This record gives sequence, structure tokens and C-alpha cells, in this order.
Amino acid sequence: VTEAKPFAENAWYAAAWSHEIKHELTPRTICGKDVVLYRRSDGRVAALEDACWHRLLPLSLGHLKNDEVVCGYHGLVFNSAGRCTYMPAQKTINPSACVHAYPIAERHRLVWVWPGDPSLADPEKIADFHWNDGTEWVGEGGTFYSLKCDYRLVIDNLMDLTHEAYVHVGSIGDETITSAPFDVTHTDRTATVTRWMIDIDPPPFWAKQIGRPGRVDRWQIIYFQVPSVIVGDVGVALTGTGAPQGNRSQGVNGAFLAAITPETERTCHYHWNFVRTFKKDDQQLTRDIQRAHVSNGQGVYDQDKAILEAQQRAIDKNPRLPFYNLNIDAGALWVRRLIDRLVANESGPEVHVPGQAAE
Amino acid sequence: VAEQIDWRKARVRSTRDLTPDIRLFEIDPLASFVVPTPGSHINVMVQIKGRPDVRSYSAVGPCTDGVYRIAVKLLADSRGGSKYMWSLNPGAQLTISTPGNHFELSRGRPEYILLAGGIGITPIYTMTLALAQERANFRLLYACRRRPDLAFADELKAHIGDRLHTFIDAEGDRIDLDAEFARLVPGGELYVCGPIGMLEAAKRHWQQSGRPIDQLRFETFGNSGRFASEPFKVKIPRLGREIDVPVGQTMLEALEAADVDMIFDCRRGECGLCALPILETEGVVDHRDVFFSEEEKAANTKLCTCVSRVVGGSITIDTADRVA
Repeated sequence: VTEAKPFAENAWYAAAWSHEIKHELTPRTICGKDVVLYRRSDGRVAALEDACWHRLLPLSLGHLKNDEVVCGYHGLVFNSAGRCTYMPAQKTINPSACVHAYPIAERHRLVWVWPGDPSLADPEKIADFHWNDGTEWVGEGGTFYSLKCDYRLVIDNLMDLTHEAYVHVGSIGDETITSAPFDVTHTDRTATVTRWMIDIDPPPFWAKQIGRPGRVDRWQIIYFQVPSVIVGDVGVALTGTGAPQGNRSQGVNGAFLAAITPETERTCHYHWNFVRTFKKDDQQLTRDIQRAHVSNGQGVYDQDKAILEAQQRAIDKNPRLPFYNLNIDAGALWVRRLIDRLVANESGPEVHVPGQAAE
Repeated sequence: VAEQIDWRKARVRSTRDLTPDIRLFEIDPLASFVVPTPGSHINVMVQIKGRPDVRSYSAVGPCTDGVYRIAVKLLADSRGGSKYMWSLNPGAQLTISTPGNHFELSRGRPEYILLAGGIGITPIYTMTLALAQERANFRLLYACRRRPDLAFADELKAHIGDRLHTFIDAEGDRIDLDAEFARLVPGGELYVCGPIGMLEAAKRHWQQSGRPIDQLRFETFGNSGRFASEPFKVKIPRLGREIDVPVGQTMLEALEAADVDMIFDCRRGECGLCALPILETEGVVDHRDVFFSEEEKAANTKLCTCVSRVVGGSITIDTADRVA
């Protein structure tokens, strides 16, 4: 019995930032599938299986000729639909000669790839990530490509922010997180962790952003959407001004964004951003916030990266050891259940085997 | 990319005759079921004169209910695969592969023409169901020799109504390919499965219409020619051999059986690896492959031994053998 894969294939996953995909061959692995991405001259992005039909050489080692990929070994040519349009030394083209063309869509400043059954690839199923559009909310993020951990460890990290008190001391970490109660709800495609910290001293980052003295109400509302997108609505408002009841006018509001894509079962691409609705024109602040997250190993996400990769190394060394769960893991556990159900739904109809063992 | 053949045990659940010579087989997998995509095929282990062999049959929809379906035409001049299949009754054990696909249906095209001839309807029927479900813009052109040969006609009528256009040879119907291709919108695609004559005509008219060749998709199992199969003789002066090719065997199989060393890959007339030079022919070479162009076939300098045959006599060929 083989263990089920830890990710669903019939889902949209972020493969790159739109600005990163140009008229050149970019290899990327998504859910264990090697893909080569490029932008066609009409502006649309193509995603082909990154292995020549003939001898499996990665097509990303070849080159683009107009909007077609020329294999770097024997010169077979594939168009953006994955169909061979040229074979050397023959007058016809073998009708079987195709590489898979992955469904692709661009939305919310990201390129999304569908690794599974193309007939199910409806762009309307892309998670709502409008916070990243660069209009209503502003911010510039980045990607940890090939982060060396199971993508679910990143989700665990973001669905429970008590770790801030220990991993991110001195910036956003604050002991009050560990004592504030939280609430977890879910639908069949989303899970939400809501935590309010009422009447506290703001941690350093937020004290600076609100720019006014006084105690605050702090919120962290973390919203997960299948298969692996997270939006964390976070902020502070002066205490007693009604933020918990919905009036955030006396506060500052940000959102951490994560589109986490399995690369393999033990590595992932972590597309992140931190966006805000305050001081939207302050480009220096945009750069400062970006650097506060990732900066030569000193940012808060660099701190997470070190933790996550160390955690994966420990799991690899002790593959049989179970995880134990705490109360704080409720959000992460709901997410894992939603993912497990997605994966189970993909394994096809159960086959009844009457009377005898299948081989 | 490559197809991995994964053999599984299965059992015939039921059979039903769709026409006097086309039988539908419903097959229960005894291990896990893999949903066949439109255009895919299933390999079936058959027994021919007591020897195991492999035949490929297109998966017939609906494909999502855990049951594999194939339709097999009983061929008078078959190599024995169809005869074996027709000998199976419900309950019979089979060894089958998981589905593979050399004839994938692309989604989201602005329009489609599906073109089927005779038993070539099997993959096209499954594509039809998929496109109908997606509410795609398509029409099905379905040709048969005689009216009773129209398999799936009732099902198609029920699913797609007037998107179905049937053409009965014996009643004088002809498909006007030029007109059909002319009214296909740019970017529209053509999917063809049928006898080699239909395929070649479709290719010719498609090329004349100036459409990109990659938007004509086709599949061939290389088992139809311009002529009925008949026995013929192969002479190989280099080896001092004369080999008879009976009706129920391909030339490649006959050469292999006679211990002529051959290389090959697809065995369905696509890759060109088994092609040998023609030195002389008495009779006509019936080129049944899709590897050679029409010009190359007319020049008659080589033939694909896996599918092509000779009618009316014999052929003299050379091989790659050299004395060390």
C-alpha cells in the first residue's frame, strides 16, 4: 500500500510571479511534475512538460524559436499546445509526439498552474487572492523557491501565530499572543483562525505603524483557502475604539499573503507578500517591510525558513515519529483535513472486489 | 510522455452487440480503476493460436463509473485479436493495461470537427461525450459503409442531436471536406479516426485549406489499407530467403517468425523504424502507415513492415544485415 500524496493535483498552484516569466524558458517543478514556463509573444504564458517526447531531455535546456520550444538535443520542435511541429529527417510527424501542456492562468500578479486533469481546470477555482493585486492593498513580496520543507509545514506555521512570540522576538512577537483565546471555524474549502488581543501594549512593529501612543486591540484573522493559499488579516487599533465590533478607523491594517506550492513531497515554493492599506504611497515603507520579512537571513521570514527546514530535517531523520498536537494546532489540523479530503476525492471511485484479493 | 504499461487483472462484466459485427465489452477491473481520458486506449492481452499477444482498443465512454468499455469489430481478415475477443463471455478473466493516451483531446478550442469512419467511432464517441458535457462548439461527421454499421447512432442522437451528421456510403453520401474545413473557425481543430483512405483525404484537404498541421489530430492502429488483406510472398536476396505472409499476420511478424533480425518500436505505422528498402514488386504495395508522406509512398522505395502489405503477388526487399 502506497501512502497517499500529501497534495491534491486537481488544483491551481502559484508557479511564479507574473513579472518573472518572460520570453525565455523557465524550469519549475510543481507537485513533482517538471514544467517549463515561458511567455508567448501574444503575452500569454505557456507551461509544458519539461521532458522531450523523444529522449526525455528537459526542454528547458533547449531554446525558444518564436513561440515554440526547440529541444536542445535533436531539434524536435513543440508548440505551446505541446504538439510536435518538426521532427528531424522525416517528412511527416508522428501523431503521438506530444508533451503535456499544463493549464495556466494569470491572476493576482501570479502565474497559476494546474498539475492535474486539464478537463477540470476552471480558472474560477483559483483561490481569492485579490489582496495581492497591488491596488486596494499595496506591498511587494517575493518567493522562497525550493524551500526545503513539506508545504504543509509552512501552512502549520502560518495557521498558528503563537510561534511569533518565540521565533520573531523583538519585531512582531509578543507574549500576549500565547495567552489570548482564539476561535477556529471552517467550511469545506476554507479554515479561519481568529484571535483578538484586547487592551495590550503594541509590539514594536505595530507601535511604529500606528504612530500614536496608547494601548491597542490587536487582531490576527488567518484565512486559509484550498489547496494552499493563506491571507492573514492583521492589525492594531487604539483600544476602546470599536475594532472588534468592526470599526477599524482608528487603526492600521495589513495582511500577510502566502501561496504555497508543493515542489516535491519535501520541498515547496513559498510565494509571500505583506500588504497594507495605510501609507500606501510610502514606497520606502514598502521596501522596509519587504526587508523586514526577507533580508540576507535577518528578516522574520528568514527566521521561519530556518525553523521550517530544520523541522523537515528532523522529520527526515525520524520518519516514524508522530507529531503530537496542542490546542494551538486546531487551525492547522482543519487545514490538513481539508487537504486530505481533496486528495482522497482524486483517487477515483472505489472498486468493489468480490470474493478475492486483487493483485 | 512515455507510456508505462501496467498490467491488471480484469473480468468481462457484459457484452452487447452494437451492430452485426461490433460488440461492446464492459470490463470490471479487479484492482484499482484509472479513469480513461477521451482518446485513450486500453491494451488487452489476447490469445492467438495459444500464444499471448497484445491488442489496443479505444476506451468507450462514459469513463467515470469504474467500468472499462471497449468496442471490438469482428474482422474477417483479422490477425486473430477480434476473434479471440468475440469468444469471451461474461465472467471471462482478462489481463488489461491501465489506460494510455496517444490521441488526447485538447480543451478550450473555439470549435471542433470530429471525423469518424466505421469502427473509428470508438475514440471519437468518447470525445463527443466529453465535448457535449463541456458545451463545446463541435460537430461530428460519422461515415459508415451501410446503415446497420452505425454503432452508437441512438446514443449520439440522444446526446448531441443535430451536431451529428451521418454519411452512409452505400446510399451515396459523401462528406464535403473542403466545405467542412472552410467553415471551421480559425484555431478550430480536427480529430480523425477511421480507415487510412479517410485519414489521407482529411490530411490532404486540411493541408490545402492552409490550416496548421498540428491542429489535425489523428490516431491509427494501422489495420486498414486501400485493399483487403491477402497473402503475399517476401523475397530477400541478401539472405536467400522467401517468406510467406498469411492474411492473419503482419509482414513484420512473418519476418520475425522466420528469424529475420528486425528493429521496430510502435508497430502501428507511426515511427518508421521497421521500414525496409523495396527492391522490386510484383503487385501493389498497400502502404498503411502514417510515417511516409504521400510522395514517399508513391515513390515506393521503402515500406513500413509493421502495417503495410502487398496485394497481387510478392515483394523483394533488402535488410540491414551485413557480413562482418
